Amino acid sequence: MNLTVDLLALQLFTGVALGAIYVLLAVGLSLIFGMLTVVNFAHGAFFMLGAYAGVWLADRTGSFWWALLLAPPLVAALGMLCERWLIRPLYGRGIDYPLLLTFGLAYMMVEAVRMVFGKAALPFDTPEALQGATSLGFTDFPTYRLFVIAVVVALLLALWLLIEKTPFGLIVRAGARDPVIVRVLGVDVSRVWLVVFGVGTGIAALAGVLSAPLQGVSPEMGTSVLTVAFVVTVVGGMGSLMGAVVAGLLIGIVESMAVLFFPEAAKVSMFVIMAAVLLLRPQGLFGRAGLLA
Amino acid sequence: MSSALKRTVPASAHKMDRWLQQVGLHRVAATVLIFACLPWVMPYPSLAINILIYGLYAVGFNLLFGYTGLLSFGHAAFLGVGAYTAGILIAQHGASWWWAIPAAVAMAALVALAMGLLAIRTRGIYFAMVTLALSQCVYFIVYQLPASGGENGLRGVNLAEVSVAGLKLNLLDPMQKYYFVVVFVAAAMFVLSRILASPFGGVIEAVRENESRARACGFDIERTKLLAFVLSAAFCGLAGALNAIHLSSVPIETLHYSTSGMVVMLCLLGGMGTYFGPFVGAALFLGVQDLASAYTENWQLYVGALFVLFVLFFPKGVWGSFLERIRHGR
Repeated sequence: MNLTVDLLALQLFTGVALGAIYVLLAVGLSLIFGMLTVVNFAHGAFFMLGAYAGVWLADRTGSFWWALLLAPPLVAALGMLCERWLIRPLYGRGIDYPLLLTFGLAYMMVEAVRMVFGKAALPFDTPEALQGATSLGFTDFPTYRLFVIAVVVALLLALWLLIEKTPFGLIVRAGARDPVIVRVLGVDVSRVWLVVFGVGTGIAALAGVLSAPLQGVSPEMGTSVLTVAFVVTVVGGMGSLMGAVVAGLLIGIVESMAVLFFPEAAKVSMFVIMAAVLLLRPQGLFGRAGLLA
Repeated sequence: MSSALKRTVPASAHKMDRWLQQVGLHRVAATVLIFACLPWVMPYPSLAINILIYGLYAVGFNLLFGYTGLLSFGHAAFLGVGAYTAGILIAQHGASWWWAIPAAVAMAALVALAMGLLAIRTRGIYFAMVTLALSQCVYFIVYQLPASGGENGLRGVNLAEVSVAGLKLNLLDPMQKYYFVVVFVAAAMFVLSRILASPFGGVIEAVRENESRARACGFDIERTKLLAFVLSAAFCGLAGALNAIHLSSVPIETLHYSTSGMVVMLCLLGGMGTYFGPFVGAALFLGVQDLASAYTENWQLYVGALFVLFVLFFPKGVWGSFLERIRHGR
């Protein structure tokens, strides 16, 4: 194999772009878990719905940009409906029940999408402005992937500001630590939970729209993504946003490097990382020990 | 105190309750009796075989979820490993069934041991995520094995004739195949009833009810969970081996995430933590699938909706709710 620094750099960048999508998924999952202690098994399904909402909106409006802008709030609204009417009745009934419910929801969503859009995968064109490659100095890199990285960085920044610098973020952080005390202080926690669930599913939908031009759109696309999101959260530490970012990038980069060196092991690489983390640091890289013990 | 709590129970409920207790004492025999009659009330025997096999799969899952309180989303790995082990031994090495099936059970238990050692290190809700991820890993590994047939699955698991002590069974005849499967499922149900009646059976239920307290009582929780996980996988491995023989092939979907999800649904629909519930769940799921798929392609939507309704309103499942109703005479 002809290994050059350029090739390595290219693969590294591909890994970052791949990891950026993983980060988005894991951040949403982690945010929902940190607040609501609900493991959202429908996270992959919301990702898939986001991609299909993108297809539908792009078809209606004729513009990728409207799809990117409108699909996440649309899916977030659906997510909030699910939280309000289906998940909320299950709080206090044991941690497995919301999980089972979201699993059932995902099962239905996949089938509903098959009914509406058909079973076959749909192509999704890269918007014209983002086609082609951009020179990074040392190598050319697909412009769309650079765009994905930029959007993810912007979103993470916005999320960080929201959580660390706003009064709403203060309630979110306090609620994640101790919802009972927050409620005693007179805050309507359930409303915060509703918003957080909406934000989490909205981010998943954004990841769906962003990855649609990279891999196309199919009803089953959420399943493999759900596994990745779980692995990233386990590696990073459940409920830790920092962990989600680091672990998402790590797994993205390792996966794309593995494609270069051991292609047959590429898909298994993230599980090796997960196994190593579980053996050495079961709570995850940035997780608190004893969470949910 | 106790008299204040006593309900007014109709006499008929008492009778039903006592009758049910009697049946419960002979639950293996009762189960075998139901199995013996099952194919005669089903529209076709292959549905009955499916109910048995998927019921057994759910029985294994139920040992972990219903009795130990651990929710795994990776049990497809054990069904699949069992199926592929038996299938590869029979199809490619000319093995006879009487050692291919035990080998499949052992292999599923071995894979569970490796998975369990990792998954048990995590607590609570992580368990579902880690088992899902590890089973996906098993999927990718088996997919790439040259012996597994990859995308196309494993073909040619042909077992046409079985002779035991002079008795010849023709497995191409669905009825004879059904009773061949019944023998294994009945044996598994006997083993399960012994496990549940053993001190270990008490400990796993203690872990489910209150882990900290069970730990305080001096039980080794990690070891108990690991053993429950391995035993649960062994049942699923047997179900997988039987399915490979039943289908004469092993589709790669056996290892798929949806197969892991399916057993969660079977178990919850039937009634988790009940002895016979998993078979009721399998009959309900496969029955709805069978009926609905005659009218619509999208039967999954209806099964999914049914599942969501059960999670919200009948978390004890059909069989669990039935038992409770009789016990409380409501």
